[in-house]
Amino acid sequence: MTVFIIRRLMQALLVVFLMSVIVFFGVNVIGDPVHMLVSPDADQADIEATIRRLGLDRPIWEQYLLFVSGAAQGNLGNSFIFGEPALKLILHHMPATLELAFSALFLAVAVGVPLGLYAGLYPDSPLSKGIMAGSILGFSLPTFWVGLMLIMFFAVELGWLPSTGRGDTGHILGIETSLATRDGLSHVLLPAMNLALLKISLAIRLTRAGVREAMGQDYVKYARAKGLSTRRIVFVHVLKNIMIPVVTVMGLEFGSLIGFSVVTESIFAWPGMGKLLIDAILQLDRPVVVAYLMIIVLFFVLINLIVDILYSILDPRVRLRDQGA
Amino acid sequence: MTDLADQPEAVQAAPVETPFRRFLSEFLESRIAAVAVCVLGLIIVLAVLAPWITPQNPYDLAQVDVLDGRLPPGSEAFAGYTMWLGSDGSGRDLYSAILYGLRISLSVGVASGIIALAIGMAIGLLAAYAGGRTENIIMRVVDLQLSFPAALVALMLVAILGKGIDKIILALVVAQWAYYARTVRGTALVERNKEYVEAAQCLGLSRLRIVFRHILPNCLAPLIVVGTVQTAHAISLEATLSFLGVGLPQTEPSLGVLIANGFEYMLSGRYWISVFPGLALLLTVVSINLVGDQLRDVLNPRLKK
Amino acid sequence: MSAVLEVSALRTHFFTHAGVIRAVDGADFKVRKGEVMGLVGESGSGKSITGFSILGLIDPPGRIVDGSIRFNGAEIANAPEPELQKLRGNRIAMIFQDPMMTLNPVLRIDTQMIEAILAHEDIPRQVAWERCREALGLVGIPSPEERLRAYPHQLSGGMRQRVAIATAFLNRPDLIIADEPTTALDVTIQAQIIHEAQKLTRQTGTAMIWITHDLAVVAGLADHISVMYAGRIVEQGTTDDVIDRPLHPYTVGLLGSVPSANKRGQRLYQIEGMTPNMLAMPKGCAFAPRCRAATPDCSTAPQITKVDGRRLRCHHPQALGAAT
Repeated sequence: MTVFIIRRLMQALLVVFLMSVIVFFGVNVIGDPVHMLVSPDADQADIEATIRRLGLDRPIWEQYLLFVSGAAQGNLGNSFIFGEPALKLILHHMPATLELAFSALFLAVAVGVPLGLYAGLYPDSPLSKGIMAGSILGFSLPTFWVGLMLIMFFAVELGWLPSTGRGDTGHILGIETSLATRDGLSHVLLPAMNLALLKISLAIRLTRAGVREAMGQDYVKYARAKGLSTRRIVFVHVLKNIMIPVVTVMGLEFGSLIGFSVVTESIFAWPGMGKLLIDAILQLDRPVVVAYLMIIVLFFVLINLIVDILYSILDPRVRLRDQGA
Repeated sequence: MTDLADQPEAVQAAPVETPFRRFLSEFLESRIAAVAVCVLGLIIVLAVLAPWITPQNPYDLAQVDVLDGRLPPGSEAFAGYTMWLGSDGSGRDLYSAILYGLRISLSVGVASGIIALAIGMAIGLLAAYAGGRTENIIMRVVDLQLSFPAALVALMLVAILGKGIDKIILALVVAQWAYYARTVRGTALVERNKEYVEAAQCLGLSRLRIVFRHILPNCLAPLIVVGTVQTAHAISLEATLSFLGVGLPQTEPSLGVLIANGFEYMLSGRYWISVFPGLALLLTVVSINLVGDQLRDVLNPRLKK
Repeated sequence: MSAVLEVSALRTHFFTHAGVIRAVDGADFKVRKGEVMGLVGESGSGKSITGFSILGLIDPPGRIVDGSIRFNGAEIANAPEPELQKLRGNRIAMIFQDPMMTLNPVLRIDTQMIEAILAHEDIPRQVAWERCREALGLVGIPSPEERLRAYPHQLSGGMRQRVAIATAFLNRPDLIIADEPTTALDVTIQAQIIHEAQKLTRQTGTAMIWITHDLAVVAGLADHISVMYAGRIVEQGTTDDVIDRPLHPYTVGLLGSVPSANKRGQRLYQIEGMTPNMLAMPKGCAFAPRCRAATPDCSTAPQITKVDGRRLRCHHPQALGAAT
């Protein structure tokens, strides 16, 4: 097992390294931020001073080495716009994004799996057909449009929920989060639902496909031949089998939640990393873009690793094979 | 020995049914999919005919009058025609803008889809044909890319490349090719292990020929399914990027750009500027997905009764 | 001795898009306490479906359209599901062909055995566990405690099938239906499994239906044999009768095609033709297209007749020692 983890860690490091090269060179080779930062009537001396200050006059590979050595020390450059360390900016905004992502993931599983289970067991009932139609709608609708509709409907028309921003924060288990207060929850509900919609549809379809496939398997027929009740067959035999792919896929999707949060945060003015990124892109604030991308890469690699480990724990066939190896 | 021809029941075989006809009848079993195909066809026709069926070319500045701006649906424009869907902030008739926007959304989505398919298919087939280490390396790259959500990849690329229709298409292509590559390689792998390939090899057919004449046709079914769903994604993705302001520029207003333009008017009650383009986008993407869904059910051998 | 199981005129049909498949089209047999009946036929002959029909495990688009299945005197064909559930695994147990597919790979062996007991009896888990351990010992599995804690993929094929057999006997059923239990195993293991099964049936007095395509397997095991072709039973009698003096051309063919040392050097006998397409069955005798002894009479379906102490469905029973 440890060999397995170490091997995956090495792979992960390689990936991070590769991505850093791609990201850095990509971002810095195209576009010219200097002209964004100096006023149009700045003279040549000012421009050159700015270039020197930001280190943009060095050859590109030197810039990269500086970048890497800085990164190793936790310094990913300073934001062109804010002047603050990019990493600090991002970490400051991260909790809000994580909050949103976790809420969305929770909704996706809590709503999607039971619905998918029902749709798989009783595929011909009208409710099931409705669920499946709904799921198609769910992943067809572009996230940003759903967000718009949600705002328009719940906030403008009905006035039940606030349309923008993050609510007050409280503390749960020592972590500061807006999920701890009522106001916070009311603020997080719409954006979380918006983000979750795609994943709910995914969870429904995944669970339903899993159930349909499992029900046709021999072990289900054998379980019936033993006289087991349908309840036991579904909730013990079938569920345990389909939870493995469901958990792994949803785990991997968590990463995409972080990615999609960019859209939701923009619409709902949620103060997370995503909004930071969009603003940075539009304003050519390169260090922030680079820092964000590096963090995301790290995130993804980590998530993949965790999911792999989780998978090997959940599936006894994989777990025991590795132990024996 | 009894003559087989004497058995009347065996002779009365079912009427000859070509695979295509059976496919068509199975596909149309779902009324929803049938409706979706019609809707999709209508949308495409409308988009293609846009210059001829709209009262206004919204991108010809001479025809647009800012005094017409922000009019609710059903109002009359300065030039005398009715703006059935209202007008946007600059006075563009929304009905015209939507149809023109559809053209752009559809062409960007489809173009990027086709290019991604070509590239993905080439790479996937290459991996399957080459085998060994080459295949391993290629598939690692594919897996790597697939572990990042397409939206993020596209976003990253757009951050690097900047705005512009060709850059958007490039970003969309890069975000999508991996899905096609994986699908093709997956099917090719299954086929490669089947016995008829071994048989062909024993007959001395070159690998290239085996790949093109034998493996490729079997990949078509899953490719079609992936293609439809991916095209819908591409259209959706472009709209998302444009909405965020990092997609198509104002000079190439796709539906996403239109929706973005209307966002600021949402809270003041002039909903139509965003909602109608949004509905058009919705209809397009949903119908493509419905068609793709039914295609998947029909073409999936494992669900055959 | 009254029969544990009495099946008459059983018909199980599948109503598919392409047409009606008459998987079982007229099966009659009786199994008594302590007896082993061999149900022999090629793949597609309907033998497995017969087994599933008895347990009521036929799913749409199939159903039992006709006939009666009497278990210990009570009619169970198309009985309501709760009634059938009480019988399954309890009074009638089934052993499937491939234990790798039938044991759930993500659950432990003890979980899967204990649940078979607890579904029908309300006893403490520990007691059930003890019974499982005993049962594994009875089928000759060493260190049963370890095996119980294992997962299916950790056991060999033969071991898994022993587990399946042990599970079948757990609740002391009156009847066990074994559907090709040794087909997926090596020949050497086959012999062991057959031996275990035989021992247990003798010890417990359980009736058994052993479904197979291999006549050699049932020759030493069964008390009487039913031969199935295209959904119908074509010959039925005691093992000695059927094996030594086969009457139906198909049975003759089956026996003749078994390679044996006595026939070394002779051309291997084959039954000509192919199994019929279940969607386009010929009128009349289903075997006629492949039968050497067929005549125009065979275009009418033969009925069951009693010939020479056994039941036969043929217009032209073979004379002793003919047609090899």
